[in-house]
Amino acid sequence: MATQTQELTAPLTDEQKLAQVREFIAEVMTHEHPDSYLIAVLHRTQELYGYLPTEVMDEIAQEMGIPTAHIWGVATFYHYFNLAPPGKHVISVCLGTACYVRGAAQILQTIKDELKIDVGDVTEDGLFSLQPARCLGACGLAPVVMIDDKIHGELTPKKVTQLINQYRKQANK
Amino acid sequence: MTATYRIIVCDGTSCLNSGARTLTTVLKAQLDKHGLTDKTTVSLSGCLGMCDKGPIVVVNPGYTLYGSLTEGDIPEIVEEHLVKGKPIARLAIQEDHLYNRFFRVFGDAKFFGHQMRVTLRNCGIIDPESIDDYLSLRGYEALAKAVTDMTPQQVVAEVEKSGLRGRGGAGFPTGTKWKFTAAQVGTPKYVICNADEGDPGAFMDRSAIEGDPHTIVEGMAIGGYAVGSSKGIVYIRAEYPLAIRRITKAIEDARAHGLLGENILGSDFSFDMEIRLGAGAFVCGEETALIHSIEGARGMPRPRPPYPSVQGLFGRPTLINNVETWANVPVIVLDGANWFRTVGTETSKGTKVFALAGKVVNTGLIEVPMGTTLRQIIYDVGGGIPGGKAFKAVQTGGPSGGCLPEQYLDTPIDYDSLAKAGSIMGSGGMIVIDEDSCMVDIAKFFLEFTQNESCGKCTPCREGTKRMLEILTRITEGKGQAGDIDKLERLGKMIQKASLCGLGQSAPNPVLSTIKNFRAEYEEHIHDKRCRARVCENLVTYEITEKCVGCGACRKVCPVTAIAGGPKKQHVIDQDKCIKCGQCFKTCKFEAIAKV
Ligand SMILES: Cc1cc2nc3c(=O)[nH]c(=O)nc-3n(C[C@H](O)[C@H](O)[C@H](O)COP(=O)(O)O)c2cc1C
Ligand code: SF4
Ligand code: SF4
Ligand code: FES
Ligand code: FES
Repeated sequence: MATQTQELTAPLTDEQKLAQVREFIAEVMTHEHPDSYLIAVLHRTQELYGYLPTEVMDEIAQEMGIPTAHIWGVATFYHYFNLAPPGKHVISVCLGTACYVRGAAQILQTIKDELKIDVGDVTEDGLFSLQPARCLGACGLAPVVMIDDKIHGELTPKKVTQLINQYRKQANK
Repeated sequence: MTATYRIIVCDGTSCLNSGARTLTTVLKAQLDKHGLTDKTTVSLSGCLGMCDKGPIVVVNPGYTLYGSLTEGDIPEIVEEHLVKGKPIARLAIQEDHLYNRFFRVFGDAKFFGHQMRVTLRNCGIIDPESIDDYLSLRGYEALAKAVTDMTPQQVVAEVEKSGLRGRGGAGFPTGTKWKFTAAQVGTPKYVICNADEGDPGAFMDRSAIEGDPHTIVEGMAIGGYAVGSSKGIVYIRAEYPLAIRRITKAIEDARAHGLLGENILGSDFSFDMEIRLGAGAFVCGEETALIHSIEGARGMPRPRPPYPSVQGLFGRPTLINNVETWANVPVIVLDGANWFRTVGTETSKGTKVFALAGKVVNTGLIEVPMGTTLRQIIYDVGGGIPGGKAFKAVQTGGPSGGCLPEQYLDTPIDYDSLAKAGSIMGSGGMIVIDEDSCMVDIAKFFLEFTQNESCGKCTPCREGTKRMLEILTRITEGKGQAGDIDKLERLGKMIQKASLCGLGQSAPNPVLSTIKNFRAEYEEHIHDKRCRARVCENLVTYEITEKCVGCGACRKVCPVTAIAGGPKKQHVIDQDKCIKCGQCFKTCKFEAIAKV
């Protein structure tokens, strides 16, 4: 799952982001077992960039003194980390059990057909990326889809198509 | 004259998502407008367990529960209820179901119907972000009692005597684990709270932390005292931002109050805590994988022994318990093991929290004493199956568990009875399945999940689950062959025996339990090419009924021109040509196409 982009405040430049990553690393290096904070550093990086850019991972390797290969191994092991930039809007389809027994598979199929992408991909126009999610804690509203950080529940294939179109319309404005 | 009101707005994830925050803003503005701000308190609560009726606002005194609210309802509530003193029946949640009854008397841990709140005792009652609220309900009294009146050995003995078993799934006796960790010499030792909540259909741990984070902090501090550790770590899913925020705040507030840190409450016990985030890997719920993840590595399990209690985090003795296990600890210390043992069954003491969901009228978080039957949970607490549909199965234990049919509904649930029936207690996911779900498809759903989450370290799990998934896929596609069921069973048993960790060892369970309890459905798929729930696309036949108005929409979308018919005439599908793509079914606006 991607973290929210920081849209409300003025967007940071790449140098500012990198400075923040460095600052965070400097902080964790003062703790006991600093290597154990690698995942926390990756979280911070993704929070800032929306994904884990290769250059930044190289930087982390240097600053923390951890081999790049190890960092890649960790980054690819965990589903939460994106290795490519996500779309402008991230659609997470809940594939938890409650949603599944209430028709999540059809919802996912509808979205795939509508966006013409597979799970894990970004649409050509960069507007949407699609990812699976586990229980979003809103089973009472199953089936559920989260777009960015907003939950949409009690969906039907028709409703979800309308929803996507709303986002498209907004983007065209 | 206007009375003094106390208003609680549910601030759990589900209610937040259905607009609770906006309600709060509007509510405050309305109170201001009517000059009621000083006479009314507005506080937030964790999940009240009625998520399907969110957003929820409770008006006290009187415990009027308003549900399914929109912003537009707020002015009316303020004017009618708060100003004129007339509760609005139209907006109130009327049914006197158990949540409601529980709610009217909350704070009082007695039996109410089938529910009994022990670990969730404060959820929905206190403002989870207020340490004062927690303190006012005997919060941190158990910690005080432990560090001032009890020796660490006495605390361990009390937990052992309580009969508490691990709520993370395996049900290992908690006291035994504590004793092992306490027996290790040397420092440092670690205590860990496992809040990785892996079951994809469950949200107990999340709600418990969101609703009452201090209970976890207190439980862990007591655990630290008992086993001789001064460092606690909460390993929590990154996907739970609200829970992360609340537990972080709880730790900070506890520290500020001297309830964490050096020389807690004047004793020589020191203990502090930190949060570590998971990153979306199911296997990291397994304790040795979790430890690797905290160490900053890939979350791969390793063989046990050595158990974490001997060699855990950074090679040191480590005590790992689940969120709900920790939440029981303050209660046991404060009310005593003797009281705790009065609740539950012979082999399983206390209560269990379930996230009840799926095809059931009331979905949400419930807590019942061990020994409650599945029927009581699903029909009395859950309100039964919606839409007049027939019950088919109840799934417990998520991807490691199984599906139980009707005949087991009167089983009193505890660790042992569920295992005997062919499922497991698990961490508390409970999904009700009705006649509209296909059991082969459900088994495939879980296996897809575990297959995808296998860490790949050992071959039986990595490759075996792949083979099983191939067979299940072909069965659901109508290409099942005689002997497939035997093959699934053989593979399943091999994977159970030969896998390194619990993920692999339990991955075949959903398949094996559905074969055991719903064998006929497998056979129909394989031999009759039929899916009775009409879920498996390739096994349904599409037919156009007399509802057809002849609009021709289906004819246009059919990729193989299998549909014939003229304007305003009922269309027909040529079954020999049809490739069962389902496009016509999705397109028809008149529900004239039936799956048979
Ligand atoms: C694949 C797998 C996933 C697990 N996921 C969880 C989990 O999400 N939460 C949890 O508390 N325990 C989980 N466990 C169990 C832990 O390994 C461990 O037994 C538990 O945290 C111990 O705490 P308890 O004794 O309080 O239950 C999992 C085990 C396996 C094999
Ligand atoms: S059983 Fe599966 S998840 Fe567990 S160690 Fe082996 S491959 Fe990894
Ligand atoms: S299911 Fe597909 S192939 Fe069959 S009739 Fe309908 S549209 Fe045509
Ligand atoms: S399973 Fe989808 S929200 Fe819980
Ligand atoms: S989140 Fe409000 S009732 Fe569950």
